[in-house]
Amino acid sequence: MAAHLSYGRVNLNVLREAVRRELREFLDKCAGSKAIVWDEYLTGPFGLIAQYSLLKEHEVEKMFTLKGSRLPAADVKNIIFFVRPRLELMDIIAENVLSEDRRGPARDFHLLFVPRRSLLCEQRLKDLGVLGSFIHREEYSLDLIPFDGDLLSMESEGAFKECYLEGDQTSLYHAAKGLMTLQALYGTIPQIFGKGECARQVANMMIRMKREFTGSQNSIFPVFDNLLLLDRNVDLLTPLATQLTYEGLIDEIYGIQNKLHQLLCHQQFMRACWVFQGNINCIGLAGAEVGEERHNAKTVGEIKQFVSQLPHMQAARGSLANHTSIAELIKDVTTSEDFFDKLTVEQEFMSGIDTDKVNNYIEDCIAQKHPLIKVLRLVCLQSVCNSGLKQKVLDYYKREILQTYGYEHILTLHNLEKAGLLRPQTGGRNNYPTIRKTLRLWMDDVNEQNPTDISYVYSGYAPLSVRLAQLLSRPGWRSIEEVLRILPGPHFEERQPLPTGLQKKRQPGENRVTLIFFLGGVTFAEIAALRFLSQLEDGGTEYVIATTKLMNGSSWIEALMEKPC
Amino acid sequence: MSWTKGDEEEYWNSSKFKAFTFDDEDDELSQLKESKQAVNSLRDFVDDDDDDEDLERVSWSGEPVGSISWSIRETAGNSGSTHEGREQLKSRNSFSSYAQLPKPTSTYSLSSFFRGRTRPGSFQFLSDALSDTPAKSYAPELGRPKGEYRDYSNDWSPSDTVRRLRKGKICSLERFRSLQDKLQLLEEAVSMHDGNVITAVLIFLKRTLSKEILFRELEVRQVALRHLIHFLKEIGDQKLLLDLFRFLDRTEELALSHYQEHLNIQDPEKRKEFLKTCIGLPFSAEDSAHVQDHYTLLERQIIIEANDRHLELAGQTEIFRKHPRKASILNMPLVTTLFYSCFYHYTEAEGTFSSPINLKKTFKIPDKQYVLTALAARAKLRAWHDVDALFTTKNWLGYTKKRAPIGFHRVVEILHKNSAPVQILQEYVNLVEDVDTKLNLATKFKCHDVVIDTCRDLKDRQQLLAYRSKVDKGSAEEEKIDAILSSSQIRWKN
Repeated sequence: MAAHLSYGRVNLNVLREAVRRELREFLDKCAGSKAIVWDEYLTGPFGLIAQYSLLKEHEVEKMFTLKGSRLPAADVKNIIFFVRPRLELMDIIAENVLSEDRRGPARDFHLLFVPRRSLLCEQRLKDLGVLGSFIHREEYSLDLIPFDGDLLSMESEGAFKECYLEGDQTSLYHAAKGLMTLQALYGTIPQIFGKGECARQVANMMIRMKREFTGSQNSIFPVFDNLLLLDRNVDLLTPLATQLTYEGLIDEIYGIQNKLHQLLCHQQFMRACWVFQGNINCIGLAGAEVGEERHNAKTVGEIKQFVSQLPHMQAARGSLANHTSIAELIKDVTTSEDFFDKLTVEQEFMSGIDTDKVNNYIEDCIAQKHPLIKVLRLVCLQSVCNSGLKQKVLDYYKREILQTYGYEHILTLHNLEKAGLLRPQTGGRNNYPTIRKTLRLWMDDVNEQNPTDISYVYSGYAPLSVRLAQLLSRPGWRSIEEVLRILPGPHFEERQPLPTGLQKKRQPGENRVTLIFFLGGVTFAEIAALRFLSQLEDGGTEYVIATTKLMNGSSWIEALMEKPC
Repeated sequence: MSWTKGDEEEYWNSSKFKAFTFDDEDDELSQLKESKQAVNSLRDFVDDDDDDEDLERVSWSGEPVGSISWSIRETAGNSGSTHEGREQLKSRNSFSSYAQLPKPTSTYSLSSFFRGRTRPGSFQFLSDALSDTPAKSYAPELGRPKGEYRDYSNDWSPSDTVRRLRKGKICSLERFRSLQDKLQLLEEAVSMHDGNVITAVLIFLKRTLSKEILFRELEVRQVALRHLIHFLKEIGDQKLLLDLFRFLDRTEELALSHYQEHLNIQDPEKRKEFLKTCIGLPFSAEDSAHVQDHYTLLERQIIIEANDRHLELAGQTEIFRKHPRKASILNMPLVTTLFYSCFYHYTEAEGTFSSPINLKKTFKIPDKQYVLTALAARAKLRAWHDVDALFTTKNWLGYTKKRAPIGFHRVVEILHKNSAPVQILQEYVNLVEDVDTKLNLATKFKCHDVVIDTCRDLKDRQQLLAYRSKVDKGSAEEEKIDAILSSSQIRWKN
């Protein structure tokens, strides 16, 4: 069992087991020794599902990464390609198959699409004359991958761009399918709330899919009380700001890869000893505490006690060392002057100061040719915090960016505009102050060490998305109708009736469990904020988080940049 | 920012940040390790999972041992001598204590939910037993049920067909001949929201309908239309895409889409010619100017590049001999080009294409931008005289005055970055207007005279005393401070 998945209110090991089972079934279909050729992008997500030992048990003897020209030599019966349905990968596969040495022993080829078979890709294989070479062509519906006890992700890197730029709803379809799988395992979710165009679509698809499965009544007692579907474009602001929680900062600075994340989230005891769930301003403190006992005997004592209770003491010690050194490295960055300047500007924008004129710091960043992504993040942040920029300001930024970084970025700027991130103000009205005040997005008095409000994750700014979730659970969205109308897309509520036997009688004091699905991506800071709400004693709601992609502002902007194809 | 492979390795390998491995021979823990092994072997009997560790084994590269990417490297590295490789792998992986016992089939199977079939529990036993025996002796044909699976049945309605497509079955769409049938098929697919199926139907329509009819019908079906546009972008059918935009009268998208193609053209001459075709396309007014500039810039760069490569090869020009070019100037952004021209062609007359002034005029580069770039380039060459000239203005009476549109604090920072000597730095620090900023910069860049003089002017005795400890013992600065401190002329404020 993967212990890190079962500590939460909902045992996500059940899901992990189900997807592992399906993997085994597929591997067993290809009898005999096997080599797997991996689409490199998939190795990360797969690592969360199955270790090499599982594959080895099913006679996987070799693994390669997918590359052009010939396959490496391997004395195996079967060659299985594990790939995402992408056209460029099909070309490589075809190259592999066609350059197979006919004189060698015959090998069987198989193709496993993750998460979905694609007729377009099969068409391409057919055009290249290799479709017939595959004995099994199947799909492995790894829609939602369990990352942590309360965290699921589809790891679909193009989801935001596809939904909000191209208008291609395929990833929404996968999200709906993933939700159907979850309901099959954890029971029908009685209430669905949503905000945004995509949320509406997913809810519609779910209702439709349910109608198609009417034959079998789901008889599992529901684990989730609510589902909240949220469009990323309802809250474009949050991911643009620099995340100031521990995991968020690691992500901002190093980018959390699956592996590193695994490493982090295994240490549940870390979470228990508050230190690492905290805000940046506590991190130095925490690092010092863990590293040097004399600073705070109590906390270190607690950690030691935890460690001694763990069966695998060495691992704990090792990870403790990792955390301490990571904290030190982060501190080097966060104490730099430029980091401070950037943060100051971000905080000014979010609290509504000087959002309507050209900002000196951004100008300086461009002049000094700071990374383009950093500049775009700031300009977009300013635009979002001002409900769009004045035409003159926008034109000025655009010209500066194009002259400094290259004219070809016209295309990227257009994408950002289309996604609503960087646009001219229309109607001359700035709605952000209304939203900020009504939803209390800016809190002046933040206690970062003993937080009382979610705004601690951005040192003052409370993520809009999480605020919406919080207000939904108490007192309900009726209280913020006006703001909901300003935010894009419809808001709605659907009920999925349950047979009387499955209706829940909640014990007094028992928390509700809400599954919150971020369509278009979620940041670690938002996750931290939701975890904070889950932990509140009188919170009343615990959250399980699902998303199309774990992301941060930089990976987000990067996905929207136009590159040569 | 991201961790490159090299960084990562360096990080894990440096002694300060010790990654955890099982090889860690730590005395106080060796006992525990033994007992853990005992526990692990016990687990083989009680636990039914194969990676029952709730901790992660981390190799020196920082990846969990036994993780997939780790094993790819391991197994790929061992290709060839398979047996030995496997042995090695086994020993490396010896701590993974996965169960050897057959596993009870879980009641949960995703496929059973979606495909409506269940597996008998005994199957797992069978396959486990199979896998224990040498693979070659078993007929592989057992697993060949449906190679090229096709269905030619003719009596499926559009909705049945779409349902079958959704399940990943290939079925022929050829029987939908009339336009009405085809459109019904499309509508059915769209209502399912499954992009995969929508695309499949669109491929069929694209093949069997004339362009005009396809476009006309999609114009009133926005969802399908968006999928087609995405699909055409994906497969790179630029021609049809442009036709479509033209038909839909989406002129700006048409222009952008056309412009985008230049990214794929490597040859500078061809790229330039292509950009020329973009001028005059229906961009927004702002973008029109940018695209025009893009063309002009590349045109310029090609001329400069040819000329400078020639000069460099000839070896007669001092600047190129002393500072050989690191890269070609082709396709660089405007500001970079300006920097280049300030570096290599600073003194050229305005008439030449490569002169900075010419670039400034042609592209309407703002003063600020120009001064910043010129300053950086001339400071890099340590041409302090040029730097001086950059900020000197004469008024109508002929007096000279120093002025910097970017603020002298920025000037100082750029000069410092290019390791300007203290005398030069000092001169510009002194020009900073704000006293606090001036004092900060002077302290930061060790312009002792400026610090001392400023403290004196501020009559700040305490600060001067504090600064005394920062200068070298017995230096001229110390003497100067002492002289000021002992002066009776100054009325200190503290």
